[in-house]
Amino acid sequence: MNIFLQYTLLIYFLPLIAFGIQIFVGKRLPRQGDWVSIGAVLTTLILSLALFAGMLLNYNPHFEQNFSFTWLETANFKITMGFLIDNITIIMLLVVAIVSSASHIFSLKYMAGDPRYSRFYAYLSLFTFSMNGIVLANSLMLLYMSWELVGLSSYLLIGFWFEKDSVANAGKKAFLTNRVGDIGFFIGIMLLFTAIGSFSYSDIFAGVADGRITGTLLTLAGIGLFMGAVGKSAQFPLHIWLPDAMEGPTPVSALIHAATMVAAGVFMMVRVFPILTPDAQILIAYIGGFTALFAATIAITRTDIKQVLAYSTLSQLGYMIMVVGTGAYIAAFFHLVIHAMFKANLFYGAGSVIHGMHHALHDLKDHKTDPQDMRNMGGLKAKMPITFWAMLISSLAISGIPFFSGFLSKDAILAGTLALVERTHSHHLLLIFGFGAALLTAFYMFRMIFITFYNQPSRPQIFARMKESPRAMLIPLIVLSVLSVYIFYTLPNINPLSDKGWFTHLVEAKESLVPGGINPTVHDIEESIHHSHTPAMITSLIVAAMGLLLAWLMYFKKTLSAEVWAKRLKPLYNLSYNKYYIDEIYNKVLYRPFLKLADWVAYLDWNVYDKYFINGFGKVTVWLAKIVGIADYEGLDQGVVDSFGRGTKRLGGSLKKLQTGKIQSYILFAALAVVIILILQVL
Amino acid sequence: MDNLQVYLIIAALLFSLGLFAVITRRNAIAVLMGVELILNAANLNLIAFARFGGMNITGHIFALFVIVLAAAEVAVALAIILNIYQNFNSINVDEAQQLKQ
Amino acid sequence: MDFNILSLLIWLPIIGMVAIAFIPREQEEVIKIVAAVATGLQLFLAILLWMQFDKTAIGFQFTEKYTWIPSFNIFYTLGVDGLSLPMVILTPLLSFLAIFVSWNIKRAVKGYFALFLLLDTGMMGVFLALDFFLFYVFWEVMLLPMYFLIGMWGGPQRVYAAIKFFLFTLVGSVLMLIAILALYFTCGQTFDMVTLMQTAPEALSGVLWWGVSAIKVIWILLFIGFAIKVPVFPLHTWLPLAHVEAPTAISVILAGVLLKMGVYGMLRVNYGMLPEAVWWFAGALAVLGLINVLWGGLAALAQKDLKKMVAYSSINHLGYALMGMAAVIAALEVNGGNYAAAEAGLSGAVFQMFNHGTISAMLFILAGVVYDRAHHREIAGFGGLAKQMPVYAGVTAIAFFAGLGLPSLSGFISEFMCFVGAFPVFRTIVIIGTLGILINAAYFLRAYQKIFFGQLNKKYADMPEINGRELFTLIPLAVITFIFGVYPAPFLNIIKVTISGLVEHVVTLGGMVGVF
Repeated sequence: MNIFLQYTLLIYFLPLIAFGIQIFVGKRLPRQGDWVSIGAVLTTLILSLALFAGMLLNYNPHFEQNFSFTWLETANFKITMGFLIDNITIIMLLVVAIVSSASHIFSLKYMAGDPRYSRFYAYLSLFTFSMNGIVLANSLMLLYMSWELVGLSSYLLIGFWFEKDSVANAGKKAFLTNRVGDIGFFIGIMLLFTAIGSFSYSDIFAGVADGRITGTLLTLAGIGLFMGAVGKSAQFPLHIWLPDAMEGPTPVSALIHAATMVAAGVFMMVRVFPILTPDAQILIAYIGGFTALFAATIAITRTDIKQVLAYSTLSQLGYMIMVVGTGAYIAAFFHLVIHAMFKANLFYGAGSVIHGMHHALHDLKDHKTDPQDMRNMGGLKAKMPITFWAMLISSLAISGIPFFSGFLSKDAILAGTLALVERTHSHHLLLIFGFGAALLTAFYMFRMIFITFYNQPSRPQIFARMKESPRAMLIPLIVLSVLSVYIFYTLPNINPLSDKGWFTHLVEAKESLVPGGINPTVHDIEESIHHSHTPAMITSLIVAAMGLLLAWLMYFKKTLSAEVWAKRLKPLYNLSYNKYYIDEIYNKVLYRPFLKLADWVAYLDWNVYDKYFINGFGKVTVWLAKIVGIADYEGLDQGVVDSFGRGTKRLGGSLKKLQTGKIQSYILFAALAVVIILILQVL
Repeated sequence: MDNLQVYLIIAALLFSLGLFAVITRRNAIAVLMGVELILNAANLNLIAFARFGGMNITGHIFALFVIVLAAAEVAVALAIILNIYQNFNSINVDEAQQLKQ
Repeated sequence: MDFNILSLLIWLPIIGMVAIAFIPREQEEVIKIVAAVATGLQLFLAILLWMQFDKTAIGFQFTEKYTWIPSFNIFYTLGVDGLSLPMVILTPLLSFLAIFVSWNIKRAVKGYFALFLLLDTGMMGVFLALDFFLFYVFWEVMLLPMYFLIGMWGGPQRVYAAIKFFLFTLVGSVLMLIAILALYFTCGQTFDMVTLMQTAPEALSGVLWWGVSAIKVIWILLFIGFAIKVPVFPLHTWLPLAHVEAPTAISVILAGVLLKMGVYGMLRVNYGMLPEAVWWFAGALAVLGLINVLWGGLAALAQKDLKKMVAYSSINHLGYALMGMAAVIAALEVNGGNYAAAEAGLSGAVFQMFNHGTISAMLFILAGVVYDRAHHREIAGFGGLAKQMPVYAGVTAIAFFAGLGLPSLSGFISEFMCFVGAFPVFRTIVIIGTLGILINAAYFLRAYQKIFFGQLNKKYADMPEINGRELFTLIPLAVITFIFGVYPAPFLNIIKVTISGLVEHVVTLGGMVGVF
C-alpha cells in the first residue's frame, strides 16, 4: 500500500477508533480513558509531522496523490470517495493535529473533575476525525459528509454543559444556522453534479474547464458552495451562531470555533477556487470584507473576554474570505494556518484566565460574578505571567506587527485586496473594509490586553486568589506562542517583512478553470500583488500602530476616557454594543414567523383540514346515513316490509283460535274432514 | 255367518266406538282404550279380508304385527301417562297443555 | 432452494398463530415465546433468502405458481426481486423486534399476538404476491388485524383512530380493486402481474373511457389507493392519529412496514403497468413530494406530542421518496436521457423507504420507552433527561440524527440520492425541497433539547434507565442505520439490477406507446 495512503488512513481513522472506545467504555477505563484520545491525537500529530517533513524534503509544489474507491453505484450512477493528498492537505493536517493535540492536553486540567470527562474526550476525537475528513476529501461528497459531521461534533461540544438553557440553545442555533448555509452548499453540489456527473474535485475541474457548466449556472454553483462557507465560517449574514458558540468549554472554542472548523469554509473555498466565476468572486470578496469590518466594530464593545475573541475570529475569517474573492486565494490559506495558531493560543490564554477566575470565585463561594467578564479582572500580568506573555504575543500577531506571524499573512491579504483595486480600478470599498478592520483589530486586541492584564485589579479579593494555571494548560500556550513567530512560516528566508519562504513555494496558486479567460491569470495576480505589496504593508503598519496607540491611550494611560467617548458616540456605541440588533431582527423577522408558520400549518392540518374537511366526509356520511336510515326504517322497513309481517300476524292471530291444543278436537276435525272427503268422492 | 259384510259392519262399529272414545274421553287411559278399539277394528278387517278375499295368510301376519305393535304402544303410552301424572298430578289430557303457547 | 421459501415466509406466522390459539390464555409467557419464535424463524428465512438471492439476475426469483381459482384465471403466484427483497427483510425484522416491544402488553395477550402474527402474514404476502388477486387478498388481510390492534390495545381515542384508519384504507382498497378489475378486463382477463407489466401498456394504449385515457383513469385510481398508505398529502390525516393511539409495537409496524406498501405499490403497479403515465404524472408526484416534505416538516415542528411529531416526520420523510420516484423521467430522451439521475432517484426512493423503516421504528420505540416510564409524551414535559438516562439519550441521539439526515447514518444517503436524482428535471422543486433539511434539523433538535437538555425535571429524578429488552429492540436498527450510512453499497447492490430494469421499462415501454 502506498505510504501516503497508509499514513492518511491512520490519521483519519485513529481518532474515530478513539471515539468508539471512549463512547462505549471510556467511563470504565482508568483516568476515564483520556489517554486513549490523547494517544490517538498525538499519534496523528506525529504522522502529520512525518508527512510534513516528507513534504519539506520533497519540496515539490506539484506534489499530488489521489486515492479513491467506489462507495456506491447503480448501473449508471456512481459515487466515489477518497483522499486527495497535496501540500495544502499536509499543511492543514498538521494544523489540525497541532491545535487538536493542544486542546486535548489543555483539557486535561481545564475539564478535570467534569462528570462527563470521558464523553468530552470522545467528542474531541470525533471532531478530529470529521475535520480530517474535510481536509483529506478528494470529492465534494466526502467533504459534505465530513462537513455535517463537524457540525455534529460542534453541536455536541457547544452543548456539552447542556444543563444550562443558553448552552443548549447555542448548540441548536449553531447547527441550524449551519444548515441554512448547507442548503446552498447542497444546491451548489447538485448543480455541479448535474452538469458534470461526478463529485470529485478533479472531475469537476475537468468538467468546468471543458465548459460543461458555464455562465450563470457556474456562478450560482460557486455561490452555492460559498453559502456553505458562509455558514461554517460564520460570515455575515449567518455569523450569529459563532458568538453564541462561546458557551461551549474554552478548549472547544479554541479548537473548533477559532482554529479549525470555522476555517473549513475558507479551506473549501481554497479547494474549489479554480471554478469560481468573477461574479461569484466579487460577491465573496464583499461578504468577506463586510464581515471583517462589521465583526470588528462589534468586538470593540464586548466585555466578555471570549466574546471579544469570537468577534475577532469572525473578522479574521472575513479577511480570509475576502481575499479568496480578490483572487489571491493562497493568502487566505496562509492566513488560515497562521490564524489557527495565534487564535487558538488566544483562546487557550483566555481559558487559562477563566480557569483562574473560576477557581478564585469558587474559593470565594461567589456564583454570581461572571468569570469571563473582563471588568472583573485587571492587573493579572503579575499573577499569570506565562498566560500574559502568550496572549501578548498572539495579540501582536493578530494585529499585524512585524516579527510575528500575523504580519505576513495580513500583509498578503491586504496586498491582494489592494492589487484587485488596482487591477480593476473599482471596489475601493474593499480597502475600507480591509484597513478599517486592521485598525480596529489592533484596537480591540490591546483593549483586551490592557483591561485584563494591566491597571489596578478591579476586584482585589478575586485578584488575591488568582494564580497561574497548571502546567498542562501552559504547554499549549508556550508551543503556540512560539509558533506565532514569523520565522516558522518564512524559512529558509529570515526577512521578517517578506512572506517568501517554504510556504509560498510549496503552495502554488492554481489557474482559474473558468473558460473564456474572464478571470485574471495567476501571473497577472502575482504581478499586481507585487506592485501593491509595499504600499499595503506601509498602510497596514500605520493603521495597526494607530489602533494600538488608541487602545493604549484609552485603556492604559486613560488620557482618553472610554466612557466619555461612548457617550459622545452614543448611537454608534449602542449599535455596536447590541451587535446591530441582528439577533433581535432575525428573531422577529425569521425565527418567530417560521415557528408561527409551523404552528399555523399544524393547526390547519389538524384543527381545520382534518377536523372539518376529512371529518366532514364522516359527518356528511353520518348525516346521509341518518336520512337513509330514517327512510329505510320508517319507510321501507316499517312501511313495506313490516306490513307483510303485520298482515301475517293478524291472519295468524285469527287462525290461532282454531288451535285449541286439544288433540281430541283435532281428531274430530280430521274425522269430519275424512267424512266430507268421502262424501265429496261419492258425489 | 260367512258373510263378509257382517264382519265389516262390526269392525266399523268397533272403529266408531273407538273414535268416539278417543274424541270425547278426557281420561288418558280411556283415550288409550279407544285407540285399542280402533286398532282391533283394523285387525278384524284385515282378517276378514284375508278370509273372504281368497288370499293367503298375509292378513293374518299383518294382524299379528298390529297386536305386537299395540302392546308396545300401550307400554310406551302408559309410561308417558305415568310421567304426565307425576308432573301434573292428573291424567286429564286437557290439563297437559304446557306446549300450548 | 429445494423448498418453497416464499410460501414458508408468508405462512410461518400463521402456523405460529394457530399454535397460539391452542395455548391457554393464562400462559402468557409461552404465547410470547411462540410469537417470537415464529417471527424469528421468519427473519432467519428472510436472511437466508437474501443470501441466496442472485443480485445480478433480471426478473423475479424463487417464483412459485399454483392454480388457485382457474375459472377466473387466478393463480397463487409468488416471487421476489430487488424491489421487494428489502421489504421482505425489513418486515420480519421489525415484526420480530415488535414482539419484544410488546412484551409488556397487559390486556388479552393471546388475542394480541395472534392478530399480530396474522398481520405479519398479510404484510409479507403483499410484498411477495405476483398475482393481483392474491395481492389484493393480502392487502385486505393485513387491514383487519390492524384495525383490531389499534382499536383494542390503543390509547384513549383508539376506537376513533381505528375507524378512521380503517375507513381511509378501505377507500383506498376499493379504488384499487376497481383499478385491478379494470386491468383484468382490458388486458386479457389475467391477474398475473408479470404478464400485466408487459401487456398492459399496449392493451391500454389509446383506450378512452368517458373521453379520458384509460391509463390516466387507472393510474389515478391506483395512485389514490397507494397514496393513502404512503400517506401523501392531502390523504394523510389518518396517520398522526393512528400513530398516536396505536400501541408502540403497532406504531413501529405501521410506520416501518405499512407506509412502505404505498411506495412499493406505486413502484410495482403504477410504474410497472402504466409506465407511460409516469411521464404524465411525475411532475405532480414531485410537487406532492415537496408538499409532503414541507407540510409534514412544519407540522412536526409545531407538535407538542412526541409521537405525533414522529408521525408527521414520517410524512416529511416519505416526501423525499416521492421526489426521488419522480426523478425517473430524467432518463427520457426529452430530458437528456440522464440515466444516472433516474437511477439515483429511484434507488434513493427505495433506499429511503427502507431507511425510514428502520429509523422511524427506532423513533417510535424510543417514544414508547419514555411513555412507559412517564405515562405522557409531552415534549415540553420532560427536560434534562440526558443526565438521568445517558444511554437512552445516546440512542435517541442516533435516531434523531439519522432522522435529520446526518451523514454516516443511512437516512442521509437516501435523501441525498432522491435530491440529486430529482434535481436535473425538477430544479425549482428540489431547491425549495432542500428547505426540508433545515426543517428536519429544526424539529428534531428542538425536541431533543426540550427532552434531554436543561435542568433535570424533578418529577423524573428517579426515572429508570432504558432496560436490556428495550435496548435489544433498538440496537439492531441502530446498527443497520449506521452500517448502511457508512457503506451503502451492499444495499444498493441488491436493488441495482431491478432499478435499472424499472428505469428501462418506464423509458422503453412508456416511450413505445407514445403519449396515450
